Amino acid sequence: MLRQIEGSRAVAETVALCRPEVVCAYPISPQTHIIEAIGVMVASGALAPCEFINVESEFAAMSVSIGASAAGARAYTATASQGLLFMIEAVYNAAGLGLPIVMTLANRAIGAPINIWNDHSDAMAVRDAGWIQLFAETNQEAADLHVLAFRLAEELSLPVMVCMDGFILTHAVERVDLPDQAQVDAYLPPYEPRQVLEPDDPVSIGAMVGPEAFEEVRYLAHLRQLDALERIPALATAFEEAFGRPSGGLVSPYRTEDADIVIVALGSVLGTIKDAVDARRDAGDRVGVLGITAFRPFPNDAVREALSGARSVVVVEKAFSIGFGGVLSTDVAMASHDTGCTLRTIVCGLGGRPITSRSLEQAFAAAALDELDSLTFLDLDHEIVERERTRMTTTRRSGPSAENILRDLGTVASRID
Amino acid sequence: MFQVRIHGRGGQGVVAAAEILSMAAFAEGRHAQAFPSFGSERMGAPVVSFCRIDDRPIRTHEPVMEPDALVIQDVTLIHQVELFAGLSADAYVLINTSRSFDELGLGEFARRFHRDRLLTCPATELALEHLGRPLPNAVLLGGFAALTGQITLDAIGTAVRERFPGAVGDRNMAAAAAAFRFVTLEEEEMVHASTD
Repeated sequence: MLRQIEGSRAVAETVALCRPEVVCAYPISPQTHIIEAIGVMVASGALAPCEFINVESEFAAMSVSIGASAAGARAYTATASQGLLFMIEAVYNAAGLGLPIVMTLANRAIGAPINIWNDHSDAMAVRDAGWIQLFAETNQEAADLHVLAFRLAEELSLPVMVCMDGFILTHAVERVDLPDQAQVDAYLPPYEPRQVLEPDDPVSIGAMVGPEAFEEVRYLAHLRQLDALERIPALATAFEEAFGRPSGGLVSPYRTEDADIVIVALGSVLGTIKDAVDARRDAGDRVGVLGITAFRPFPNDAVREALSGARSVVVVEKAFSIGFGGVLSTDVAMASHDTGCTLRTIVCGLGGRPITSRSLEQAFAAAALDELDSLTFLDLDHEIVERERTRMTTTRRSGPSAENILRDLGTVASRID
Repeated sequence: MFQVRIHGRGGQGVVAAAEILSMAAFAEGRHAQAFPSFGSERMGAPVVSFCRIDDRPIRTHEPVMEPDALVIQDVTLIHQVELFAGLSADAYVLINTSRSFDELGLGEFARRFHRDRLLTCPATELALEHLGRPLPNAVLLGGFAALTGQITLDAIGTAVRERFPGAVGDRNMAAAAAAFRFVTLEEEEMVHASTD
């Protein structure tokens, strides 16, 4: 049913339709609305026999999810930013044990300095944990990906993280076509665990594994992620057949067929990029966009194919590896290493900095003229940075940089952007 | 695409106003996107929300930098916040106050715009009369409908009643209808004044 609905609410109602049996989460902005809405539904009895378990931290939330999943329950949780870091040991364990937990990550920057706004540094921090990571471009996709995520997770016995941009998607009220219970039931069969803690048929899960087998266990996890590269497109096709709209998949290309320049990005910024690309197309530049829906496993072949005709590739990232450069860029560079394209990185949107179509259009125009730097920080205030650099070279006790910069900027509460 | 920016203070329903406007546009079969300026939602603090309305899917997720219409729920923000940033000469402005632009010290500023697109509306007074509480958000949407013609009062009513079921919705709707009438009369007077 078509609804005008907040992104968090759409995700909560969709997760509810997936019949979770245990939901355990600890509130953190910008994930809170999702968990509050599910909590209310559980308390009302609408999701019986689902249990909502209150815990004291994110570490406990993921640990309870692991226990529930190992006991054969369909388990769901959600977090963001520092919450994800606080649970990170258990995040690795969920993947290492092969437990099909589904988690929403309402993407948010990581401190310090503390910042509640959106970027992708939280998702990137657990890139190598062994979870499947899917990125939603819209609230429709955020909702739909959860249905697909439960089926994918349970088929492969691997945890799946659905990443949706904090605030930008979670708090946006937009049109979403929500499925009904019968549709979801037809697509998502009951959870049949590959391994389960059961008194009548006892097993150990999580035993110590030494050098004699650890590499094999890890390699198996890699193979199962590669299996996901096959299953994600198949499940996306099945999703479209069942729900009548496309959602999910490995990558989503837009105007790439004859493109000289292809922009690559994750998440909701793809919408703004598409508007900027249309504007540059009108100006005569042959530019297209490749959205990466599946970030882990990384769809090397699909990315390589989509970029094979491009002269230039620009990766737009809401995160970066300090001391190096782009994170997604590294993966894209590996995938396209033999296509002969030049690769540039634009880092933008850090800590919620608005990414405007105007700035993107300027950057894409510069890329068309081969005038874009290999690493660009979009809309960076170089003067402010220089002032702090000068302070640091002229004064030993120059003080905390973040606070110095805030003082230089003056009040920002009154600014629109 | 028609883009709206709403300014007010935490507790005045700034975020709810943008949501209700988007729900009203949805009720009319249009595409709409409402979202808050994130993070500053504290009671009394300056808060901004945004709404886009279009006949085709809205892809962008940037803040509204160049609004077609500005709704100001709290007149005390006028000289504190950059309310008018990015505003074109064709924009609509609706301010919640019983004072005129001249009385607000905005007379010179107002002359840069179309005269019939800049209006003040005593939404807090109308809210007190109809709701018994100084909540101007839904009221101003009635005024917005009359000022811009971007949405019908009926659609605002549908959205207000969906958001506030029962008597609260009815009272908000009565106040919004009063604001609609107030703005319509103001516009008519302006037309008469310009033809006289």
